[in-house]
Amino acid sequence: MGGRTGVFEGGHFLKPNVFSLGKDLVGLEDLSTDQIVTVLDTAEAFKEISERKIKKVPVLRGKTIVNLFFEPSTRTKISFEFAEKRLSADTVSVSSVGSSVSKGETLVDTARNLEAMKIDMVVIRHGSSGAAKFLGEKIPSNVINAGDGSHEHPTQGLLDALTIRDHLGSFDGLKVCIIGDVLHSRVARSNIHGLLKLGASVGVCGPYTLLPADVEKMGVRVFSRIEEAIEWSSVLNVLRLQLERMHSGYIPSLREYNQKWGVSKQRLKLGSDELLVLHPGPMNRGVEIDSDVADGQNSVILEQVTNGVAVRMAVLYLLSGGTPETAESAKGVN
Amino acid sequence: MRSVLVRGGRIVDPRQSLDKKGDLLIVDGKIEAISDEIGRMEEAIELDARDQIVAPGLIDVHVHFREPGGEHKETIETGVRAAVAGGITAVCTMPNTDPVTDDPAGIRFVLAQAEKAAGARVYPLGAISKDQEGKSLAAIGEMVEAGAVGITDDGNPVMNGGLMRMAMEYAKAFGIPVADHPEDLDLSRAGTMNESLNSTRMGLPGKPNISEDIQIIRDLLLSELTDSRVHIQHVSTAYGVEMIRQAKSRGVQVTAEATPHHLILTDSEVDGYNTNAKMNPPLRSSEDRDAVVQGFSDGTLCVYATDHAPHHYDEKEQTFADAPNGIVGLETSLGIGLTYLVAQGIVDLSTLVDRMSCTPARAFNLPGGTLKRGSIGDVTIIDPNVIWSVDSNEFMSKSRNTPFEGLKLKGRASKTIVGGKIVWNGF
Repeated sequence: MGGRTGVFEGGHFLKPNVFSLGKDLVGLEDLSTDQIVTVLDTAEAFKEISERKIKKVPVLRGKTIVNLFFEPSTRTKISFEFAEKRLSADTVSVSSVGSSVSKGETLVDTARNLEAMKIDMVVIRHGSSGAAKFLGEKIPSNVINAGDGSHEHPTQGLLDALTIRDHLGSFDGLKVCIIGDVLHSRVARSNIHGLLKLGASVGVCGPYTLLPADVEKMGVRVFSRIEEAIEWSSVLNVLRLQLERMHSGYIPSLREYNQKWGVSKQRLKLGSDELLVLHPGPMNRGVEIDSDVADGQNSVILEQVTNGVAVRMAVLYLLSGGTPETAESAKGVN
Repeated sequence: MRSVLVRGGRIVDPRQSLDKKGDLLIVDGKIEAISDEIGRMEEAIELDARDQIVAPGLIDVHVHFREPGGEHKETIETGVRAAVAGGITAVCTMPNTDPVTDDPAGIRFVLAQAEKAAGARVYPLGAISKDQEGKSLAAIGEMVEAGAVGITDDGNPVMNGGLMRMAMEYAKAFGIPVADHPEDLDLSRAGTMNESLNSTRMGLPGKPNISEDIQIIRDLLLSELTDSRVHIQHVSTAYGVEMIRQAKSRGVQVTAEATPHHLILTDSEVDGYNTNAKMNPPLRSSEDRDAVVQGFSDGTLCVYATDHAPHHYDEKEQTFADAPNGIVGLETSLGIGLTYLVAQGIVDLSTLVDRMSCTPARAFNLPGGTLKRGSIGDVTIIDPNVIWSVDSNEFMSKSRNTPFEGLKLKGRASKTIVGGKIVWNGF
């Protein structure tokens, strides 16, 4: 991994500015460039903890965190749980599969009950856009959005940015194209906001049925042909195609989708050799991405997963009042 | 019944091209006289209306009173109280109750509840189709006989063009208009707000303008084909306004509504997932808003109606997708009209009164809408100078779901008279 450690020197940040994240992390649309860079730099410092034999530091000792997952999730939930445990927080995870309101309890009641148990932070994944913001307005605890409907998935956007920065160093002149179901994708929106703020150019590519209205007004370039998108890009972020999109008529078939928009080894040849391929997972191999690309030399998909833990540690730490300056000492002695 | 003598007000009645200072006398629940000065009458209640406006009772042809089935949101009793507090003397209730008001018993129930409540007059609309399912015609003739003044499947628009044609043809014999919530549900899909950059940013599924435009066009053409009256509800799109304008110019018998919210708000109001900015049709772009304003100003949209849609606070206290559509409007519509439409020069006072009283009465063949001698004694007295802030805790309505909370308005009903009885005496 082409690690980026330049911001640290002798355990101190070269840029001593503190950019607090505020109470909640709802989306990257709400963050400034400085705040985003602060998270990435802090994550850089935390990466090393996960390489230790004893992967635990006492940064969040005594803090209680609830992971509230109203939608099924494996990767994100586990990633948050590891991040919390490696920072020594006490955590509870609640999974409630299905609709936004399970067992008839409203989200506001869930929030009030959690609050009554005196918790410090809530990580929420919910099928409704705006759910994390809603929760954050109802309770004084810190709220972290782990994906709300088709709105944002900020920690995914941050870990994607960190992975790109690890490899390419800077965002200036970078061209990142998001491929696939942008319409329903919270990952796409967080990527668009985050990467534009960091200075990259952003494109989107997919069938027009899966591109949202006025998306070009967000400041992105629109490609309908994947070949053009690949030629333009320095990074591809390939989105998962929800299989039910076929049944609701957005595309004729998964087979045709793969033929027209799938990222194949053959198509990758149109791009540069250094083209990075990201995917937020879980992958549909043979649909939006072919196996030989997913497992090939351009893929950084597993690095994204590794970085996910570090980014989430950084977010938890910063929201709990930590500062980048103290991140090094917070890590404790090796 | 005692007489009421309203003294010294600015009497505005567009039906008589009247706008002058004078006295107005109501006797036995009917308008008896308008004159420069009416002599003292022993048996009359005298109301001092100096510096106030005296208008024919205001009529809101689009309200949801939720009874039966949604009494936790509003009842007919609280609804008619909210109406008179807003200066409204008569309302048309929508039939999307539970059960649906689709038969004469349902109409009679609404009228009986209204009779018991002391407030605005209630003129119910019945459903177009049984259970508002869009499959077969409801008992239209019997409902009219029971007191229905129109039919609509508001909220559950008739998607089947063939059935809509039959509804218009059938309704024609009874002299009632078909009130139309124009929306193509297949184009709206799961949309929860206007389809735009804002919906894209917020990750909310959008309803495109065309889902409304296409049904406005269909129903204007059906009205033309069947030579019958159609009333287009809550127009929100620029193209829709233009289509209605063109239809009117070629003689189609169409009346159309503009709501306070579509006249003054845009979809940026949804920012932050504000569920009190969620309604159907949704708030649109500023270009659409400007077109609605233009249509209201030139008379294309000749009826000012609220689509008063109360919801219990915990129903709106949900994520945007889960929250129901609609906002209350009865207690803010007059103030918004005076502040944002009259004071800003979009329409003059007489035109606002026309759109809030005369035209609605004509559109649904209702009594009132004028202060002519012999008309029903429904009068709204307006204090045009009082400055107040919208405080939903003061609402007479059971519900508080307004996007106008805290809005500073100038002008408000100071007294509301229904059938010669003072049913609202101001705050």
